Amino acid sequence: MSNLLAHPGALLIAGAVGLIVLRGRVRTAVALIVPLVALYVAWQVPDGIAAQARFLDYEIAPFAGDKLSRLFAIIFAIMVFGGALFALNQTKALELPAAFLYGGSAIGVAFAGDLITVFVFWEIMAIGSTLVVWSAGGRSAYRASLRYLMIHLLGGVLLMAGIAGHVAEFGSIAFGSMTLDSPAHWLILAGFLINAGAPPLSAWLPDAYPEASWSGMVFLSAFTTKTAVYVLLRGFPGTELLLYIGLFMIFYGIVYALLENDMRRILAYSIVNQVGFMVAGVGIGTEMALNGSAAHAFTHIIYKALLLMSAGSVLLMTGKSKCTDLGGLFQSMPLTAACGIIGALSISSFPLTSGFVSKSMISQAAVDEHMLYIWILLAAASAGVFLHAGIKFPWFVFFQKDSGMRPPDPPLNMRLAMLLFSALCIVLGVFPGPLYELLPYEVRFVPYTGAHVVTQLQLLLFSGLAFFVMLNYLRRTPTITLDVDWVYRRLLPPLCAAAASGLSRLGETFSAAASALSSRLVAALHQHHGPEGVLARTWPTGSMALWVMVLLLAYLLFYYL
Amino acid sequence: MMQQHWLTRPGTIRRLWQVFIAVLAATVAAEFFIEHEAHFGIDGSFAFNAWYGFAACAALIIFAKLLGEVLKRPDAYYEEARDE
Repeated sequence: MSNLLAHPGALLIAGAVGLIVLRGRVRTAVALIVPLVALYVAWQVPDGIAAQARFLDYEIAPFAGDKLSRLFAIIFAIMVFGGALFALNQTKALELPAAFLYGGSAIGVAFAGDLITVFVFWEIMAIGSTLVVWSAGGRSAYRASLRYLMIHLLGGVLLMAGIAGHVAEFGSIAFGSMTLDSPAHWLILAGFLINAGAPPLSAWLPDAYPEASWSGMVFLSAFTTKTAVYVLLRGFPGTELLLYIGLFMIFYGIVYALLENDMRRILAYSIVNQVGFMVAGVGIGTEMALNGSAAHAFTHIIYKALLLMSAGSVLLMTGKSKCTDLGGLFQSMPLTAACGIIGALSISSFPLTSGFVSKSMISQAAVDEHMLYIWILLAAASAGVFLHAGIKFPWFVFFQKDSGMRPPDPPLNMRLAMLLFSALCIVLGVFPGPLYELLPYEVRFVPYTGAHVVTQLQLLLFSGLAFFVMLNYLRRTPTITLDVDWVYRRLLPPLCAAAASGLSRLGETFSAAASALSSRLVAALHQHHGPEGVLARTWPTGSMALWVMVLLLAYLLFYYL
Repeated sequence: MMQQHWLTRPGTIRRLWQVFIAVLAATVAAEFFIEHEAHFGIDGSFAFNAWYGFAACAALIIFAKLLGEVLKRPDAYYEEARDE
C-alpha cells in the first residue's frame, strides 16, 4: 500500500482533488509542487513490479516500472509542471484539476503492468481530457467535447473487448508484446490507434483540441497521443502495418495543416504528423527505431507544448486564432515570437534543437534496414514538417502582413513557462546525452556528424525556399477542410433524424393499428359478455329451473336408452 | 502613423533574401567538405537533400492546393448545418 502512495500518477490525481478544494496561494503552490514531486518520484521508480493486488480472479500489477515507463512518466510529469505554470492565470477553475487528473492517469498508463490497469487509466484519461475541453465553456466547446468523448469511449470499448478476448484466449493479463495473430489483438491495436489519431478517425484531434482554452490545449497536446505511442511501443513493436499507418498520418498532417487557417488547428494537425513519425518508428521496430520513437515522443511533448503556449499567448492577448486575422505580432510580442520560433525549429528537427537528436534516429533506422522508399518518404516528410509547422506557423502569426494589433507579451508565469520549455528544447538538442541515457535500449547513434548536419540543413533551408517562392499558393483563406468527421457531423445527423422520424411514423402506424384492433376486440367482448351481452345477461330463476328440468329429462331419457 | 519596424522595411527584406541565398549556397558548397554517406545511390547525387527538399515541398504544396479545391468549405460550414 505504501508503494501505491509513491505512485506519481496517484500523486497528481490527489493533487487534482487539492486543486478543486484550495484557493489562492496554496492552490498555486500545490499546482507547482505536486508535479515536481511526481517528477522526482517517477525518476526513482525501480525496475519491476512495485505493487500487486487481486482483482476478480486476476493478479494485477497496477504499478510496475522499467526504462520505457519511466521515460514517459518523467516527460508527463515535466509537462504537467510546465502546463500548470503556464495556466496559473487561467480563470476557468475546472481546467487545472481536470488536467492533473488527465496527466496523472497518463502516468498511470505508463506504470501499468497489466492490461486491466491500462484500461482503467485509459478511461480516466478520456474523462480528464473531455473535462479539459469542456471547461473552456461555450456551446461549441461543449459539443466538441461530446464528439471527443464519443470517439474515445468507442476506443475504450474496442480496447475492453480486445482485453477480454486476450484474457479468454491466453489466460494472462500481463501487458507485454503482442502479435496480430488473434482478433483480440486486432481490437486492442484498434483501441490504441484511435487514441494515437490514426486513420480513419484522425479528425477527432483537430476537431476537439482547438476548442479548449488557450491553456487547455497545451495539456491536451501531450498525453492522449503520446500514451498511445507508449502502449504501441510496449504492445506492438515491429508490427509492419504501423509503418504504413504512420506514414499516412505524417502526410495527412502536413497536407491538412497546409490548408488550415486557424493557428491552433495547424498545430493540431501537426500533432498527428509528429505522432505519425513515432508510429512509423514502432513499425520499423529495430532498437534504433524504438529508441527514436520514444525519444521523439519525449522531445515532441516539450516543443509541441511550447508551440501551443506561444499560440495560446497570442490567443489570450488578441482573442484571435485565425491566420487571416493575425500577423506582424513580433513587434509587440517579441518573447512569444522568439519562443514560438524555437518550438518551430525544434519540431522541424533543426540542428541544435531537440527534434534533431530524436527524429534523425527514426530515419537512421530506415537506412539501417535498407528501406529506401520508407527513408525517402521520411525525408520528404521532414521537409514537409518545416513547411507546415516550422515556417507556416511563425510566419502567418508573427510576420506576414501587419494586422495592426500591438498586444504586449503575456503575464509573467506564461513567459516563464515558455522560457523553460524553450531552454529544454535547446539543452536537449545540444546535450542529447541525458535523454539517450533514459531510452529503453542502448543508444549507438551519433547525431552530430558533418554529413547529418549538412544534409539536414540543405533539406530544411531549401524547404524554406520553396515556402517563400510558392507563398502565393499558401495564401490563407477563411476556410476549413472537410475530414472524416464530416460523416458524423454532417452526413449522419440528418440521416439519423430522418431514420428516427421514419421509425416514429412507423411506430405511430403500428400503434394506431394496434389500438384499432384492441378496441374492436374490446367491443366484441363487450357485446357478448357485457351487461347486455347474450352470455352475461341476468336470467330469471324460472328459466334456470326450466333448463335444469330439461337436463334432468334428457338424463332420464338417455338412462333408458 | 506608427513607425515602421526595421524588420519590415523593403531594404531589410532585400538584405534578408541576400543572406538567405548565401546560406543556401553555403550548405550546398559544404557538400565538398563533408564525408559523404550514400546508402541507396539516389542520396549520393549532388546536393540531393537540397533539390529533393525543394521538390518534395513543391509537390506537397501543389497536392494540398488541389485537395483544397475539393475539400475546402467556409468557416461556418458546421454551424450552418446546425441551424437548419
